[in-house]
Formats: sequence, C-alpha cells, structure tokens
Amino acid sequence: MSIFVDETTRVVVQGLTGGQGRFHGLRNRDYGTKVVAGVTPGKGGTDVDGIPVFDTVEEAVAVTGATASFVSVPPRFAGDAVLEAAKAGVSFVVCITEFIPAKDEAYFFNLLRDEYPGTRLLGPNCPGIISPGKCNIGITSGDIALPGGPVGIVSRSGTLTYQAIHELSQQGVGQTTCVGIGGDPVPGTSFIDCLAAFEADPETKAVLMIGEIGGADEEKAAAFIAEHFSKPVVAYIAGQTAPPGKKMGHAGAIISGSQGTAKAKMDALAEAGVIVAPNPTAAGEAMVEIIHKLG
Amino acid sequence: MDLFEYQGKQFFARYGIPTSPGGVAETVEESVRQAVAAEFPAVIKAQVQVGGRGKAGGIKIAGNEEEARAHAQAILGMDIKGHLVKRVWVEHASDIAKEYYASYTLDRSAKLYLLMLSAKGGVDIEEVAATDPGAIVRRHIDPVEGVDREMLEEAVESAGIDPEARQGVADVLEALYRAFVEGDADLVEINPLILNTAGKVHALDAKVTLDDNAAFRHPEWAEWAKTVEYDGRERLAKERGLNYIGLSGSVGIIANGAGLAMSTLDVVNQVGGSAANFLDLGGGASADTMAAALEVINTDENVEAVLVNIFGGIVRCDEVAKGILEALNRVELRAPMVIRLDGTNADLAREILAPHVSPRLVVEGTMLAAARRAVEIVNENKGA
Repeated sequence: MSIFVDETTRVVVQGLTGGQGRFHGLRNRDYGTKVVAGVTPGKGGTDVDGIPVFDTVEEAVAVTGATASFVSVPPRFAGDAVLEAAKAGVSFVVCITEFIPAKDEAYFFNLLRDEYPGTRLLGPNCPGIISPGKCNIGITSGDIALPGGPVGIVSRSGTLTYQAIHELSQQGVGQTTCVGIGGDPVPGTSFIDCLAAFEADPETKAVLMIGEIGGADEEKAAAFIAEHFSKPVVAYIAGQTAPPGKKMGHAGAIISGSQGTAKAKMDALAEAGVIVAPNPTAAGEAMVEIIHKLG
Repeated sequence: MDLFEYQGKQFFARYGIPTSPGGVAETVEESVRQAVAAEFPAVIKAQVQVGGRGKAGGIKIAGNEEEARAHAQAILGMDIKGHLVKRVWVEHASDIAKEYYASYTLDRSAKLYLLMLSAKGGVDIEEVAATDPGAIVRRHIDPVEGVDREMLEEAVESAGIDPEARQGVADVLEALYRAFVEGDADLVEINPLILNTAGKVHALDAKVTLDDNAAFRHPEWAEWAKTVEYDGRERLAKERGLNYIGLSGSVGIIANGAGLAMSTLDVVNQVGGSAANFLDLGGGASADTMAAALEVINTDENVEAVLVNIFGGIVRCDEVAKGILEALNRVELRAPMVIRLDGTNADLAREILAPHVSPRLVVEGTMLAAARRAVEIVNENKGA
C-alpha cells in the first residue's frame, strides 16, 4: 500500500501549459501516473501532448474525474489555484510553487482547515510525492525510487529526499511512499500527518524522516512518535552547523532565538526512541540495517 | 528584509500608528535641522540593525542646537558591534510615563498569527519571557478571521495595561494588525510602546521584517531595498541569482538544494572542518550557474578547498559534470576542488571527469569521503 496516492489517483495539473507544469506533468505521466487533465484559464479546449486542458478545475474534475491536483503556477496565483482545487472537490493538492508570501500561505492553510477539511494540501515549496511504481506527482526523478516498500520517507528537503531514496534503493530497500512536505513556514501537510498515515499502512514497516532547522514540527513529531507510533523511525536533521538568524535557503529554515535548533530537534527525537543519525548516509545505513533485521 | 527604525516608522505611518514627530538625517547639519524641526529636547538615534545601540552610546538627547550638533557628530560614523552608523533618526524626546510591548508574528507551530502584549516594555522581551512569562499575554489569531476590537480590548486588560492607556493601546493594536497583514510583514514589533505624560500612546521604536516573497505587490518597498546592507560577496551572489550565505570557515561549499547544502555544512563540520559558506545552486546546476558559484567563492580568501556536492535527479550528473568542466574553463579557481556527484548517471559523470582528475580536481564517491578529502586539503595547506 501507499499513503495519500496510489495507482488509481487521477491528476489534474494546474499550470500544465506553463514551462514547469508541462515539463513535470509530462514526466509524471511518463512515469505511469494517470495525468488526466490540465487547467489554464483561457486555454480550455486545447491540449498538451494529448492531455486535455480546461479553463477551470471544476470542469476538469467533472469531465475527467480527477481526484488530485498538481499546482505549478507562479507565486501570486498559487493561493487562488489551491483554493480552486479545494472548491472543486479535489481531495489531494500538491503545490510545488516556491516563494509564496507567508500571509497567503497562512490564509489558505487555515481556510482549508476550516472550510475544506476533505482536501489535503502538500506543500507549498515541496518536491511532491512518489509512491514508487504507482504514482509520482511533482518533481522527483522516478528512476531513483524502488517499488515495493517497506520504507516510508517523509522529508522537508527535496535533494535530501532524493539522496535518501537513492541510498535505500541502491541497497535494494524499496519505498512505499516518499513525501516531500516542503521547506516553507506553513506546510499544508506536516510530519505528524505523514507519520499517522504510515502507521495505518501495513506495508510500511519503518520510516525515514528528514527534518531541518526552524519551526517546531520535528519536536511535535517526536511527541507524536512517543505516543502513537509503533514502527521504527530513523531521523536526520539538516542544519546542525547553521548560524542563528540566517535563512538557509528554505523560508522555513531559520533559527530564531533559541527555537528551531537542530540540537533541540535531535534531542527530542532521540528521547522519543528515534534513531538519530548525524548525516544522510548514516541515516540510510541505519535504515538498511533495520530492514535487514526485520527480515 | 529588516527595516531600519526610521523605515519602520515610515511603514507605521502608512497604517496610522502614531510615532513622535521626527526625521532621518545623514549629515550633522541635517541632524541639527531635524532636531530644530522636531523641537527640543530632541533624541538622536543611530540607525543600525543591531541590539544594544543605547548602551553603545548610539542614542543621545539634545537640549539645544549645540548639543544636537555634538551628538550627531559623535554618532554618525560610529561603529556599533561592527555596524557603521550611516544615518540617524531625530525625533522630539518623549516624556515617558509607561512603557509597554506589542508585536504580531506568525506562530509556525500553531499555524496562526500571534499577538504578544506586555505591560513590561522597554526591556529585552526574550528576557521577560524567560524570567516572567506571565507578564506576556499571547493571543492566537486565525488569519481567515482576523482581529476584532473585543478580543484586543480583552488582551489589553489581561496584560495589565494601565486604564488610561487601554483605549490608545487597543487603537495601536488594531492599526498594527493591518500593518502586519496588509503590509506583508513577517514581524511587527513596538518596544517600547509608550504612554506619555500627556496621556497619549505611541510607538517609540519600530522593528519590522518584511516578507521578501511579497515584494511583487509592494512597489513602495523598492526604496527600502536600496539600503539593505550586504557584504560584497553576498551582493555578487544575489546578482547572480544564487542563494548564498557567507560563513567564516575554509571549505567553500556548492550544492544543489537547500537541504543538501545544509547537510554538506554538517558533514564538513563532522570531519573536523568548517564551511566558508552556504551556497545552494537551486535545481539547475548548469555551466552558467556553476561558473557564477565559482566566481563568488573565488573572491573569498578564506577558502582553501571547494567542495561541490551534487545529487542528480532530473538534472543528470553527466550534464552537471560537463557544466563543471566548462565553468572551470571560464573561471580560474584559486583553491583545489573536490567533487561528489551522485544519482542519475553518476557513473557517466565520473567517466567525463576522469581525464581531468589532478591534485586540484578530486572526485569522490560519497559525501563523507568528499568532505574528508576537502578538509585534508585545508590541513595540508596549513602544514605547508
């Protein structure tokens, strides 16, 4: 099994006619994802390499039965795009757009939480989600992932997710689902959401978690793991040597005051029984060892 | 973008938050004119983005023109914790009866906005939070719902704001919320928010951080962006579209992706080295981007080894390898380079690099090995 997406997921790409949307949308289709529609206002009736384009998400859903959306539009339109998908009844929205104003993010996160509880948002500013062999929405290179599980991956960083997938695949350890939750201050889907889903997924036997400095999501995940998570978890936190007050690339990766340091996160996770690795390679090795022990 | 106090007060003025009459000055004579206009006694405040400027002698009260001249002379050009004072803010000195604290920010943990209000203003709020947490009233605000007067008045009362100041503080909180939201600020903070002896509430300081991602809807920010102080290298990197942060170590870091770049810093540290910078190429890693990155790192004289750490996903490693070679043709790199490429087509990339391998261009298979090699190069240099 996988979490959030599977082989039945039908995807509409918002921004399919744009450079990024087209590039990644077609790659996702090549991977085997059911990319059934595109949406670009004013371009309804056209198509992108055989994928029909609609003016609105509502039409796309009505005609193609899309269940998930892949939002790849510029920052100033991203909020409206996410809300449009939610209003059209799309249950899973992946937003890869970077540089969205924090106010917009906070606003649409809370609007979704209050008014559209049936819609899960992944991102913004995330690499997307891949359930190897079944569905790939976003910018992850499908080639590096290995189908069949048993490891679930959840990460705040794109390239570190790829690194983690790669290390496991090379050792013959597959993945159930790899979720990139993104590096922004208000992620739609949190570590806890993913951990809860992995807990409920019988095929996921262990979880590799990659956090980074800033915010308190890793600490909250640690508390959740201690209380509600029964499977082995290996974690790596990036930014152990980052100075306070400097944004390390991601808008969310900033140590402010005494909050959000790597050490605080690592200590909290270790206390919750998580195996905390000093670097991504060590994390991969620790996970491979766990899987081999599980047999 | 962090605003200087005077910019923060300009920002506040747009949203009707009261401040003392005053103006900004870059020269001694201008400072005197501003002081005369604000009426004596006037306070002359160094404009630097660092705490503790008062203790450092960067804030002085002048009772007349001569004193204003003397103080401006002393403060302009002063060095406060490594920050050069280029401007002063001059305003009418307030008769302070009470000092409060007010701020709005995003509470990432709750994913809601957070109002913090305290009757204990004028001091370091982190210290108040540590020693007397009960003195700070915290109220979460749903961004969809916003604030209402009733909630603000309740917060004002709970914070123990003096009765004669309550109306004025609630007014400021209402305006400050608008400034926070409509102004696209990550942080708006007034410390101190004062009640003066005439019974008026107004902002004596302004700390504002704007959300750079929202710049597209605020053309008025352009003027403030001009005064942002980067060091030379940070400016160069920004011009080249690179995500760069200068640090003080000796291993220059180039990686694709923020997480991988941070991780590279960690690993260098774990093998006994220290990073000279954080540099995220972004997704592309083309020859142009790579050349730009090398150019930036080349200007850092502390760099004794350059560590290139790339994970190829959609960007194939063989393309990156070609990009590196092309970049090296364009930029004459001072320090030796250690390259680690992993992911899609990594084998092909190593083949491409193989004929060029030398003591100045080393290829390693793993992040850890590459970091070790880079640190060895630094240590060999020190030994020589």
